[in-house]
Amino acid sequence: MIGFISYLVNGISLGSVYALIALGYTMVYGIAKMLNFAHGDVIMIGAYVVFTTVSGMGLPPVLGVLISVVACTVLGVLIERIAYKPLRKASKLAVLITAIGVSYFLQNVALLIYGANTKSFTSVVTVPALKLMDGQLVLSGETIVTVLACLIIMAGLMLFMKYSKSGRAMLAVSEDSGAAQLMGVNVNATIALTFAIGSALAAIAGVLMCSSYPALTPYTGAMPGIKAFVAAVFGGIGSIPGAFIGGILLGIIEILSKAYISSQLADAIVFAVLIVVLLVKPTGLLGKQIQEKV
Amino acid sequence: MKKMSKQLRSNLITYGIVVAAYIIVTFCMQAGMVSSLLKGLLVPLCVYVILAISLNLTVGILGELSLGHAGFMCAGAFSSALFSKITADVIQPAGLRFFLALLIGTVVAAIFGLLIGIPVLRLKGDYLAIVTLAFGEIIKNVVNVVFLGRDSAGFHMSTKDSISLGLEPGGQVLIKGPQGITGTPNDSTFLIGIILILVTLFIVINLINSRTGRAIMAIRDNRIAAESVGIDITKYKLLAFSVSAALAGTAGVLYAHNLSTLIALPKNFGYNMSIMILVFVVLGGIGNIRGSIIAAVVLTLLPEMLRALNDYRMLIYAVVLIATMIFTSSQGGQEIQERMKAFFKRRSKAEEGK
Repeated sequence: MIGFISYLVNGISLGSVYALIALGYTMVYGIAKMLNFAHGDVIMIGAYVVFTTVSGMGLPPVLGVLISVVACTVLGVLIERIAYKPLRKASKLAVLITAIGVSYFLQNVALLIYGANTKSFTSVVTVPALKLMDGQLVLSGETIVTVLACLIIMAGLMLFMKYSKSGRAMLAVSEDSGAAQLMGVNVNATIALTFAIGSALAAIAGVLMCSSYPALTPYTGAMPGIKAFVAAVFGGIGSIPGAFIGGILLGIIEILSKAYISSQLADAIVFAVLIVVLLVKPTGLLGKQIQEKV
Repeated sequence: MKKMSKQLRSNLITYGIVVAAYIIVTFCMQAGMVSSLLKGLLVPLCVYVILAISLNLTVGILGELSLGHAGFMCAGAFSSALFSKITADVIQPAGLRFFLALLIGTVVAAIFGLLIGIPVLRLKGDYLAIVTLAFGEIIKNVVNVVFLGRDSAGFHMSTKDSISLGLEPGGQVLIKGPQGITGTPNDSTFLIGIILILVTLFIVINLINSRTGRAIMAIRDNRIAAESVGIDITKYKLLAFSVSAALAGTAGVLYAHNLSTLIALPKNFGYNMSIMILVFVVLGGIGNIRGSIIAAVVLTLLPEMLRALNDYRMLIYAVVLIATMIFTSSQGGQEIQERMKAFFKRRSKAEEGK
């Protein structure tokens, strides 16, 4: 029983990381209607920035994380400006291929700077571990910080979307960008802001993920990126609470199948659950059903 | 009548390019002008060309985005490699065995295509893309945990390790989980690759220009209109999807019999591979079969040509990819293209005037 609970806690911790990444995916998808395949690699860049500043230059962890967030925000906006903005009216496939190109680009930049060797990431979390139930259940500092950070960011983002002017502009653009433009919303600025927020979240997700799973390579971000994308689709792409629920569920399913079924088949099980969910509910758990009109 | 002959000519040019490529490469090999690196690339090139043509059927003709094409290749590769390994001593000559392996790989991939197509094709757009990606990853992961052995009592299967197969002494482990299949006979040659490309071309081109192909393209262009004139959407979608999967399986057979060790890695059967094939299709021109062939060859050779640049080659590849997409698909890029076209038109007119 204790074993099950501790797996569950690990699952929620991993799921929180997926949820943070999935938020970036889902917001960009909701507003720009594109699959940002390079999102996973922004996570990797964020982790490398912290690795350089904290492990390399000896800056305090908080400062390192701040630098990483700023760097990723700038990176996200730059990517959008250079690679995606010219293709705003192009076909979906063209944008997808460009995103793949950006993903290759980021991976190879990291490969050139840091080499292919696995870097061992020092955890930036200094919170002590929490022992519950007479020390049978140990919550590591990383787990506590990851879950708390995810909850705070989620709540903040929901409030931002609901009450701030730019948040409501985002909702308007995702609903109907043409109409939003007619109402005086600056669509380009809104899309840039979305990329900025998504990339900042990616940086935080990267740091938290590498604090729990400390192996850092140029390809670290690719698979979590894909899984977070699965989480976003799972919860209903375009929906912020959906990304959160999808991420958490995905993390729990992954850890539990690793623990009880097979560690090699865990990914296959995650993907199989996604397929089943989509077949039963084709727009994801919280996705909006869109009626097709003739 | 004239339109038909134009189409025929265009198709003949496509076949001609492939045959010409074969003749030129063979000639260069005779003259010793082909490096060993390039020689090793010949069969993989054929594999990529077949994959690109077959994916173009799904993406270009059926109009659905599939990110799991490598999964079908994986199914074809493993089923055929297993068959060849079992029958290596039983079926002679080797040519017959390879032909049977080809049939088996193709049919198995087609069955996978059918089974996956039934649920997947109910979805649309990006959802379809992510589910095909999921299926591709599942096929790759499942292959990685299967252990299969054979002894006098028949076949044994396990998902743990080769010891838990419980083989009798003298039994043989056929699939070693993450170590894959070793000792597949190397039957693939450049000539067979070229013949398979021609067969693939023949199937795809004839499919496109048939009544069936027109029905498929009608579904792509307007599903509701196609349905209203009595086209069975599910049937034609499934048909195109499974033919595409079957041809990917053929490519997988060719791939498997070119290596003595077949392992399912993220690099060869993961979503990275599916994406690479998709890049061939998109850069070659969606729906353009000849473009797929050229893009597959150029984009496979490009990183090899850039080998002198070492670490920078994949970086350059990425930049070329982004630049090409922006140039061909953005508004600014299209304006530049229009202007260039107009410029050349004016110049040729001016020369005619002289």
